[in-house]
Amino acid sequence: MRFGIIRWMLLGLVATALPSVALADWGALNMTEGVTDISRRVYGLHMAIFYICCIIGALVFGVMFYSIFKHRKSQGAVAADFHESTTVEIVWTVVPLVILIAMAIPAARVLIKMEDFTDSEMSIKITGYQWRWQYEYLDEGIAFYSQLHPEHNAARQMDSGVDLETIENYLSEVDKPLVVPVGKKIRFLHTAADVIHSWWVPALSVKKDANPGFINENWALIEEPGIYRGKCTELCGRDHGFMPVVVHAVPQEEYDQWVAEQQEQMAANDLQKDRQWSKEELIAQGEMVYGANCMGCHQAQGQGIPGMFPAIAGSAVATGDVSTHVQTVLMGVADTSMAAYGSKLSDTDLAAVITYQRNAFGNDLGDTVQPYQMKSLRQGLLQSNAVLDQFDLTGGVN
Amino acid sequence: MSYSDADAHHGDHDHHGPAPGLMRWVTTTNHKDIGTLYLWFSLIMFFIGGGMALIIRAELWAPGIQIVDPMFFNSMTTMHAIVMIFGVVMPAFVGLANWMIPMMLGAPDMALPRLNNWSFWIMPFAFTIMLSTLFMDSGGPAGGWTMYPPLVLQMGDSFAYVIFAIHFMGISSVMGSINIVATIFNMRAPGMTLMQMPMFVWTWLITAFLLIATIPVFAGAVTMLLTDRFFETSFFSAAGGGDPVMYQHIFWFFGHPEVYILILPAFGIISHIIPTFSRKQLFGYDSMVYATASIAFLSFIVWAHHMFTTGMPLAAELFFMFSTMMISVPTGVKVFNWVSTMWRGSMTFETPMLFAIGFVIMFTIGGLSGLMLAITPADIQYHDTYFVVAHFHYVLVPGAIYSLMAACYFWIPKWTGNMYDEKLGRMHFWISTIFVNVLFFPMHFVGLAGMPRRIPDYSLQFADWNAIATIGAFGFGFSQLMFVYIIFKCIKGGEKATGEVWEGARGLEWTVDSPAPYHTFEDSPTITPETITR
Repeated sequence: MRFGIIRWMLLGLVATALPSVALADWGALNMTEGVTDISRRVYGLHMAIFYICCIIGALVFGVMFYSIFKHRKSQGAVAADFHESTTVEIVWTVVPLVILIAMAIPAARVLIKMEDFTDSEMSIKITGYQWRWQYEYLDEGIAFYSQLHPEHNAARQMDSGVDLETIENYLSEVDKPLVVPVGKKIRFLHTAADVIHSWWVPALSVKKDANPGFINENWALIEEPGIYRGKCTELCGRDHGFMPVVVHAVPQEEYDQWVAEQQEQMAANDLQKDRQWSKEELIAQGEMVYGANCMGCHQAQGQGIPGMFPAIAGSAVATGDVSTHVQTVLMGVADTSMAAYGSKLSDTDLAAVITYQRNAFGNDLGDTVQPYQMKSLRQGLLQSNAVLDQFDLTGGVN
Repeated sequence: MSYSDADAHHGDHDHHGPAPGLMRWVTTTNHKDIGTLYLWFSLIMFFIGGGMALIIRAELWAPGIQIVDPMFFNSMTTMHAIVMIFGVVMPAFVGLANWMIPMMLGAPDMALPRLNNWSFWIMPFAFTIMLSTLFMDSGGPAGGWTMYPPLVLQMGDSFAYVIFAIHFMGISSVMGSINIVATIFNMRAPGMTLMQMPMFVWTWLITAFLLIATIPVFAGAVTMLLTDRFFETSFFSAAGGGDPVMYQHIFWFFGHPEVYILILPAFGIISHIIPTFSRKQLFGYDSMVYATASIAFLSFIVWAHHMFTTGMPLAAELFFMFSTMMISVPTGVKVFNWVSTMWRGSMTFETPMLFAIGFVIMFTIGGLSGLMLAITPADIQYHDTYFVVAHFHYVLVPGAIYSLMAACYFWIPKWTGNMYDEKLGRMHFWISTIFVNVLFFPMHFVGLAGMPRRIPDYSLQFADWNAIATIGAFGFGFSQLMFVYIIFKCIKGGEKATGEVWEGARGLEWTVDSPAPYHTFEDSPTITPETITR
């Protein structure tokens, strides 16, 4: 049996080490160094504590394996009789303590720096929704939603038949990224509209929970232009894995230009809201809005998932009185994952998606809701339901 | 040794042996029967929870959604955790406590035998209710085992069943703990002082206090969820003046001691096995006891290290970073003591020793990644990624689960009177150890590289390591069937075990026959230096 154990141990070591043999080909291995001063400091702490752990591990396991090989009964080892020593107990209490203090000081320094929000040059409010982010540039008056790119969203559905290799940055691409300037200390304000989310961009070493009803803050000063990708890291329901973060860091001039474009775009959208839309236009627009917002739960054919998410096809709400339908979409349904879309979608998108739901999936009611009608519908709901103003019915975007 | 004679003598009378048939198990108040029930229950739940883990790993085999809906995936991650924590590790430790603590203390039974029966029989009902939610219209819990509001409040009406089941698991744990405390304080053989108790008894005593202190806090938190969901309170909703983060504080005030509840009895088990197979006394008994108590104390003041991203004030973040780092000191003392026990011993490597050494190495790996997680600025990068998943699976699977395997191999000759198949046992160890590392080690890499936890689908750069982990998961999962086979084989027969079983065994449990008679120590043993483990 003497050789038996050693043989087994070697076999175990080899098989355990096997996955790491071809390391060079397996990109995803370590934390990113990132592109901010803070992220580099965090990376430094990470590597320092990692090496300390490696050294401790090597020492402890070294002694242990020496003992395992030397102090075996089969080697004729006879057990010694010692079983306590106050001195060594004190030594191996104090030495780790000293190492810990040596590690705690730099860690505390970085932490204090991370929590220093003074002198920030611009603020962006980030609101987490199931399952998308809203970005509001508080000084520029720009606001928009950012969610998983439609192409990715289609590919990730069960049995989509899409070859994921053909999709660049699968699950890490959004329809509209956050655009920020480099070289500016940006303060991020985090909150959520429904459940807790967490906004994480590894390259910025920025991760903060978005708690509904509260505002958290953190900051980043990005040094290099580039595209930085992240994810939601707090479980937030069915599509938690599908709300990526994409940050485009651009030089200041490019950023200024982007801001101007956005402001123009928003002015144009305002005009769209007031004109009469044709039914076909509304349905075409509504189909897109449905795909991005409703399909996750209510499914592609509006059939829902029995027991979990109600159907829209032939439902009492979608085929009944239009004001009930509008109310459901605007204010959501309490204690379910049906969110209040009144504050998430523009009047145009709301009108379009309601029109679409009333005319698709065999509902065929033929009626339409116009974007300009949404405003008065919001007002009407407000008057009849004064209590519900917490749902921010008037706060639609655009 | 003289006590085996005494017991044989009692056996002649056989005045109250087990009742015949199924009713033996329903009505039993015998600590050994109840221990056996707990252990079987735990083994069954181990395969249920393991099956869920395999569903998770199968979905994560490749990018894209192939097998289950994301909602069901979330149910699986949630249920896997609940089952493994409350249904496997905790009941298994209680089962071992039932079997071994009275025998280690020289007591005839637990102090409160009827309570003991009740605290077991609540468990199967609690878990039937819990698992039945998976078949209800609104599905099983899918908000994570931590059940953070507001997400968990989106669950349908089956939520009430989940809370109800948790309450019953809690009642069972608290009753079991009270019983263990009462037994240890009142039932020790005359002359056995607290500082002469075996380490397993010490660690369980401290664990029982942790349970009694924290389970009611958890019960309070989930009751607040229940009233928020069904009775219009708003403890955790800002709209009504509450705070969702408050739930996390309350939960982790329970949750962090809970992770020590899952590991302290393991420390006790390892502190028996390593001295036995090193044929040498445990090094630093006193410091082991003090270290265990220190860990238990510290476990109450580190809870918010699970919450570094929730937006706490700087002072709190610094406090919880420092207190968390402190925990590595007493934990380190334990590891150093185990290694010193092995040092200049006369070691053999039977299956329990292999699992114990595996425990020390892999638990230490998990402990070291825990030290990394204590560094708050770095934790902000690690938090809620697969790095954390790798960390706690290292301390729980090759940690807590390995200690349970080690304990089963160590004590099964005492339970059945037969030796298990040593060759198969060693094979079980090596195969498990290879696969458990293939399963969990790559998770460190994908976590550091940016893969969040609790996601059913991931970006392509994580694909290779996830495939590897899935291979490890199936290998590890199916190799546990070997364990079941070895147990059945051992129960059916095998080489007869002596009373002492192991050459280096010390302690009262080894002074009785194997299998241990239905009633042991009806007359108190006399404590001699040979029968004390320290």
